[in-house]
Amino acid sequence: MFTYLLRRLSYALPIMLGVSLVCFALVHLAPGDPLVSILPPDASAELAAQMRQLYGFDRSYPEQFGLWLWRAAQGDLGTSIATGRPVAAEVMKAVGNTLRLAVVATAIGFVLGSLFGFVAGFFRNSWVDKLASLLSVLGVSVPHYWLGMVMVIIFSSSLMWLPATGAGPSGSEGWAWDWEHLQFLVLPAVTMSVIPMGIISRTVRALVAEILEQEFIVGLRARGLTQLGVFRHLLKNAAPTALAVMGLQLGYLLGGSILIETVFSWPGTGFLLNSAIFQRDLPLLQGTILVLALFFVLLNLIVDLLQTLLDPRIARA
Amino acid sequence: MNRLVNRFPMSWLRAPAVLTLLAASLAATGSQAQEKVLRIAMTAGDIPRTLGQPDQGFEGNRFTGIPMYDSLTQWDLSKADAPSVLIPALALSWAVDAKDKTKWVFKLRSGVKFHDGSPFNADAVVWNVRKVLDKEAPQFDASQVGVTASRMPTLKSARKIDDNTVELITSEPDSFLPINLSNLFMASPSHWEAKLKAVPASVSEPAERSKQAWAAFAADASGTGPFHMTRFVPRERLELAANKGYWDPKRTPKIDKVVMLPMPEANARTAALLSGQVDWIEAPAPDAMDQIKQRGFKLYSNAQPHVWPWQLSFAEGSPWLDKRVRQAANLCVDREGLKQMLNGMMAIPKGTVPPGHPWWGNPAFDIKYDVKAAQALMSQAGFSAAKPVKVKVQISASGSGQMQPLPMNEFVQQSLKQCFFDVQFDVIEWNTLFTNWRKGSKDPSANGSNAINVSFAAMDPFFAMVRFVSTKTFPPVSNNWGYFGNAEIDKLVADARTSFDDKARDAALAKLHARIVDEAPFVWIAHDVGPRALSAKVKNVVQPRSWFIDIATMTMD
Repeated sequence: MFTYLLRRLSYALPIMLGVSLVCFALVHLAPGDPLVSILPPDASAELAAQMRQLYGFDRSYPEQFGLWLWRAAQGDLGTSIATGRPVAAEVMKAVGNTLRLAVVATAIGFVLGSLFGFVAGFFRNSWVDKLASLLSVLGVSVPHYWLGMVMVIIFSSSLMWLPATGAGPSGSEGWAWDWEHLQFLVLPAVTMSVIPMGIISRTVRALVAEILEQEFIVGLRARGLTQLGVFRHLLKNAAPTALAVMGLQLGYLLGGSILIETVFSWPGTGFLLNSAIFQRDLPLLQGTILVLALFFVLLNLIVDLLQTLLDPRIARA
Repeated sequence: MNRLVNRFPMSWLRAPAVLTLLAASLAATGSQAQEKVLRIAMTAGDIPRTLGQPDQGFEGNRFTGIPMYDSLTQWDLSKADAPSVLIPALALSWAVDAKDKTKWVFKLRSGVKFHDGSPFNADAVVWNVRKVLDKEAPQFDASQVGVTASRMPTLKSARKIDDNTVELITSEPDSFLPINLSNLFMASPSHWEAKLKAVPASVSEPAERSKQAWAAFAADASGTGPFHMTRFVPRERLELAANKGYWDPKRTPKIDKVVMLPMPEANARTAALLSGQVDWIEAPAPDAMDQIKQRGFKLYSNAQPHVWPWQLSFAEGSPWLDKRVRQAANLCVDREGLKQMLNGMMAIPKGTVPPGHPWWGNPAFDIKYDVKAAQALMSQAGFSAAKPVKVKVQISASGSGQMQPLPMNEFVQQSLKQCFFDVQFDVIEWNTLFTNWRKGSKDPSANGSNAINVSFAAMDPFFAMVRFVSTKTFPPVSNNWGYFGNAEIDKLVADARTSFDDKARDAALAKLHARIVDEAPFVWIAHDVGPRALSAKVKNVVQPRSWFIDIATMTMD
């Protein structure tokens, strides 16, 4: 197990380096001026050159990348060009907010998705299956930003039951798991849960259907197991895959949904990325992507370890 | 509240939630009865910088500049029916040196205090000039240079004469200086020094210490403005409280507290207003205007010095080199139709500034919708329906201040078709378009375009006119993207810059404006009207003909 952990950790390092390099290259390849947020287009050419020098953008790309990587390795992701605030603190705060949203959304998605999936798989081709499948297909197909806007129109603008935007009555600071705060989470979390719900449901349905076709299920029934007993075995066999899919979905959601977080002004990583992109704030963009990549890698690692615990054959493979 | 209870059935599942909501709302209502709180949703994606020189364009000046800080000169925001003009603020008066026109003497208002209690004086002015212009000064902050120095391009240095008098020195004679100085906000030197002292001793590098002091200052700022900062949550909210000891009794706030929230998405802002989360939204979603009005909110708008044009190229081979083609395009845009498409949320331009403005100047060329005159000009220039002129315009799909670039440009494209224009678009991302604007129409980034659609602020003569028409502002120096200009225009610019009497300067600028309209280096399409929607409980709202608005004079029921 320990060797397996070490091996997986060693894989993560080149992935991180690759992500950093790709991210640096992409943000520098994109057209536009990195100083656009603090240097208006009416600034003189002399001033523009002076600012480029002050921010180090007059150096060669390898030099800029090397310097950034060296600092990042020490935990310093630089300073946001637009705000002057440290990137690491900005990203970690946003990650915390997105984590709160993503965990709740994944939980909703996993519970509903698994329920629909199991029911649909267990009662294949019945009307229950068709209804559950319809819901999951809708979940995958409906554009979630559209759904978010529709929910805001219904529950905030018209019924005035829930707040339309924000992450708490006085911002995300001092978050508590009480209704005063949770009401801000309901609409974005439900909107965000729709896609994982659909994907998990489709996966679990296919899985359950496949397992039900296997001989050991016939064997179990032949040995006189009740439906509940068969269902327990079914659950145990389907769990690792369902868990892996949930982990992947949580990873995707941790990346923050730019659209959902913008629609609900939720101050998470998606909202931060949106600001960084529109302000061409390269240090913030690079830092956010790096931290998100790190989270994704770590999350996959955790899911793999959990799967290994559930099915030891994976570690030996 | 009744509405909420009526629509929320009291089932056992929902009852606890409703009771909590009810209690929270009653508590909030109780506290708001004592305290007048104005909640504003901005279009910015982040709180504009709070350290004295805001970013996010003029929205930054509007929300974190003017409410928290003062400058030496300011715009008069008290009238909705007249152009906003420059008036004294922290400077009582100013005059250029009769012998050396690069030296100005500003007499300062006495008895003004920063929010931290320290006095505002000539030392504070010199300190604030050095924060952006003197690299050797401990308080020099590179991040504030870009948004400040570009707006006062000729200011070089400042010198204290006595506690209430300061001398400002420019690199060349420049009568625009007092206007430019409305962009230099006065931050408290004492407060910054205190922040610098609080930087841990382990940080030894002076530039890093300065940077950290500014970061701390931004989180707990001190200016002289009518509101002072009380709470700052980066990217989420800024809370300001009334400065009851403000130096101008007319602008001493009646509202106790202002909360500013960044909400870049128009539908989110609109929903926040309709659900009662905020009292004021900037730029409501255009298709929600009727609903907003029906729900009892008030819509405000006024002609802004915010020009939405096509800036034309005068590079070799450009079809716009022919003045008849330029004028024909100006005559062929159905601006009334465009206004209708925008639900009335635009003003119809007659030039860069409107008639009645001190810089108007009665141009001979009358910009209007006259298809026959336009077709005649195009026929004279050798074009017809069978032989249209091909033009290519670089535009963005969105962007700050760009209004609704895609439908608006498509409308203009259709409009111009009847006058033998075959318009193509090169649609690019907003920041890229903004960057290309500095590179000029001869640069490969223009991608063969011979016009560009970037909206701009026309508050000050340099930004409204000079940078687009002087031969000294050809790319990459400034925004004369199209390389328009000649000796005559340069002379008019020089005359305006060296006319130090306000009336003479305005007269010179009026001549320049009239000449520009006659030459038509732009197709003037629309002027923005800065729409905003406010709760009816916000009173005494004056939306001036400006990018700015004064929160200090508003009241709340």
